[in-house]
Amino acid sequence: MIPAATDVLVIGGGNAALCAAIAAREAGAEVVILEHADRAMRGGNTRHTRNLRAMHDGPLHTLADAYTEDEFWQDLHRVTGGQTDEPLAKLMIRESAGLLDWLHERGVRFQPALSGTLSLERTNAFFLGGGKTLLNTQYRHAEAIGVTVSYGCEVIDLAIDRSAFREVTFMHAGSKHSIRAQAVVVASGGFQANEEWMKEAWGAAADNFLIRGTPLNRGIVLRNLMDQGADTVGNPTQCHAVAIDARAPKYDAGIVSRLDCVCFSIVVNRHGQRFYDEGEDFWPKRYAIWGRLVAKQPDQIAYAIIDAKVADNFMPSIFPTISAGSIESLASEIDMPGDALAATVTSFNAAVKQGHYDTTTLDACKTEGIEPPKSNWALPIDTPPFCAYPLRPGITFTYLGLKVDDQARVSFGNSHSVENVFAAGEVMAGNILGKGYCAGTGMTIGGVFGRIAGENAAREALC
Amino acid sequence: MHGTSEQVLHEDATRAMTICNACRYCEGLCATFQAMTLKRTFAETDLDYLANLCHNCTACYHGCQYAPPHDFNLNVPKTLATLRADSYRRYAWPGFMARLFERNGLVVSIAMALSLALVLVLVFLFQDRAVLISRHVGPGAFYAVIGHNLMAAVAGATFSFSVLALLIGGRRFWRAIAPAASKPPGVGAWAKALRYAATLKYLGGEHGEGCSTADERWTNMRRYCHQFTMWGFFLCFASTCVASVWHYVIGVEAPYPFLSLPVLLGTAGGVGLLIGPAGLLWLKARSDARPADVDRYGMDYAFLASLFLVSLTGMLLLAFRETAAMGILLAVHLGFVLAFFLALPYSKFVHGIYRFAALLRFATERT
Ligand SMILES: Cc1cc2nc3c(=O)[nH]c(=O)nc-3n(C[C@H](O)[C@H](O)[C@H](O)COP(=O)(O)OP(=O)(O)OC[C@H]3O[C@@H](n4cnc5c(N)ncnc54)[C@H](O)[C@@H]3O)c2cc1C
Ligand code: SF4
Ligand code: SF4
Repeated sequence: MIPAATDVLVIGGGNAALCAAIAAREAGAEVVILEHADRAMRGGNTRHTRNLRAMHDGPLHTLADAYTEDEFWQDLHRVTGGQTDEPLAKLMIRESAGLLDWLHERGVRFQPALSGTLSLERTNAFFLGGGKTLLNTQYRHAEAIGVTVSYGCEVIDLAIDRSAFREVTFMHAGSKHSIRAQAVVVASGGFQANEEWMKEAWGAAADNFLIRGTPLNRGIVLRNLMDQGADTVGNPTQCHAVAIDARAPKYDAGIVSRLDCVCFSIVVNRHGQRFYDEGEDFWPKRYAIWGRLVAKQPDQIAYAIIDAKVADNFMPSIFPTISAGSIESLASEIDMPGDALAATVTSFNAAVKQGHYDTTTLDACKTEGIEPPKSNWALPIDTPPFCAYPLRPGITFTYLGLKVDDQARVSFGNSHSVENVFAAGEVMAGNILGKGYCAGTGMTIGGVFGRIAGENAAREALC
Repeated sequence: MHGTSEQVLHEDATRAMTICNACRYCEGLCATFQAMTLKRTFAETDLDYLANLCHNCTACYHGCQYAPPHDFNLNVPKTLATLRADSYRRYAWPGFMARLFERNGLVVSIAMALSLALVLVLVFLFQDRAVLISRHVGPGAFYAVIGHNLMAAVAGATFSFSVLALLIGGRRFWRAIAPAASKPPGVGAWAKALRYAATLKYLGGEHGEGCSTADERWTNMRRYCHQFTMWGFFLCFASTCVASVWHYVIGVEAPYPFLSLPVLLGTAGGVGLLIGPAGLLWLKARSDARPADVDRYGMDYAFLASLFLVSLTGMLLLAFRETAAMGILLAVHLGFVLAFFLALPYSKFVHGIYRFAALLRFATERT
């Protein structure tokens, strides 16, 4: 049964929502969660995550060495090019220190510091069993302490008058319902799954984007609040976008559609032309720029081309390998002009300077005299079978979001004095991420601002 | 027909492991995923190996973002459970026996036990009808009902056949999965594998907090019940060994006093085999059907029920051995014991051997 009124209403069912709901309940408020998905698919993009980034001053069970406040800040500052709200970002970094213990006390388990693929053992704590296991624990804990969780509830409108938020309207089982609350936490994610909105921002190119996570983050609540005068941060084209296997379904393919072959390949567009330095840096440091790079190519498609020598240097795709005995026949498999691809490969091969090939270092096996260069791991592409992997932009989440203060309170310009609307997670990530990304920041934003939003919403509701 | 279904099972498992290997979120849950990450592609024998490292804790179903209703419809525990059950059939010797137990294990085992008991009763009656219903006490009392030599011969033949069949099956499996290029497992690997097996490490998950049964919650209940069962079995086995030594070496005949070593071992083991299998049956009945290969639960139920009934009839025999019911109870108990041993190489018992072999490969690859 969904009650008619509550103290704190939480919109969404991912990490940010659950952290907010738990914090608000622990502060004494009655809490209701409205999640659009049903129980089996609950938890939005959080289902697909595996780690969060946290500062720490010494080695922990889950994190090696130390990762200081300053280092975290430097990393964030660098990737965003300074497009971050410094006081809020520093607040997040400081609060990240306590987040692991806070989650652990509520049943969440992390892997011991891992010598994993992304070399993140110092900065990122990995959820044991991944994001869905994390969510299972968060939901169980929330329900155990008395949070009411309602699935299949899509919020479509917040009723806000000049001084306060009053109630939300939502769709449930085909009909409209409403629920009054003293305060609301908006944790309903970005708008990446909203095709029209993405097209407004990107034009027709958006048709060719794949959405890596939930089809339900359509920014309905975000738009509703924008229409009612909420302040926003960020630019609608800014988002986390990676290059993923083009054969992935439109939505929800998650982590397994990723391709790790770019730095061992040459990447060409549909005309057979290279367009960026594939070996600029280690893949974990570069994967997040390739979504935008492919988005700017004709038809938003590109192909990574490799030969047999390097086929074992990366994890295979979950989709079948496209392969052929010659470059020309490979080109015809992928509908590309064979002479153009052959010319690109020939001039690339001619430009490769022999060196000591080593995938574990920046090995300076590079090209000379071609544009763009390939700075590392460049080997001639000459050993059949030749393989191609198609790439498309895979959108993780959008950055345009609600502007918040250090209490996670949404601001409504000067005209309103609304004090009881809070936001956490993807929907306000733009405060921290104007552009760029540091792996694991999404979950840290949700965890830290979820807690802050929950506590302050409870305070607002109970005063 | 079997060929194609086997192929389908391997294809399903390949698909699952390919997706998992690209994801690896479950890496910290159990040995299966750690073993998987050492591979890029999967031979059929690799899949058999991985399937036998999995013990269907279902943690990787509840925690999988690709589990149904997701379009990828990934169900790792079920896929591996089906392949695992199929591997028992494929490596069993002689093969045709395995099919008998595959689906109707419970019915077959109990029917077999009861018919054996009936045969024994008839044999006794044929010998001397008074024997069965009279009271016998003191050394050699059991053998008044059934001659020791007959008992030893029947049990010995059954047991030897089962051990032989188990060894052949186990060897076939090991040969299939043994890491091809590497040396045979060293002392370190054996020690590690034995420790994993003795402590049932992975029933607690890599993290020790247990595994999922009824829902996504982790609990160690299955591990505890399995410990009762496994050690109960070993104690009963030890009791039989001690009793044989007493009989043949020292020349003291059963029934032995309550406070004698064989009876103490047997009683402790028997209690374990009541608690353990009962607990496992209860857990199984409550378990979530979605990540399980419910079609083949018969095999598991049969094995657990047989263990329980062997123990129960044994305990009843112990309790009433000085009454006139002893004869019938002895026949029934022996019927269950014989049926249990006959079915052994085709029952769920083989999981112990295959799983140990899988753990041994795992330990070898990790040392
Ligand atoms: C494949 C993939 C891997 C990722 N890996 C990581 C990682 O390892 N580490 C990391 O930090 N980040 C990662 N991210 C990013 C991360 O998922 C997000 O930053 C984070 O989950 C955001 O949490 P959230 O609670 O704000 O949003 P979500 O988890 O997406 O939750 C939003 C919720 O709102 C609900 N909702 C939406 N609209 C409505 C509505 N109108 N009414 C009611 N409910 C609604 C949705 O159903 C959903 O439950 C990954 C993302 C993807 C796609
Ligand atoms: S079971 Fe699911 S979550 Fe676990 S490794 Fe496989 S794909 Fe990933
Ligand atoms: S069911 Fe349990 S034991 Fe089997 S693979 Fe999954 S996590 Fe491992």
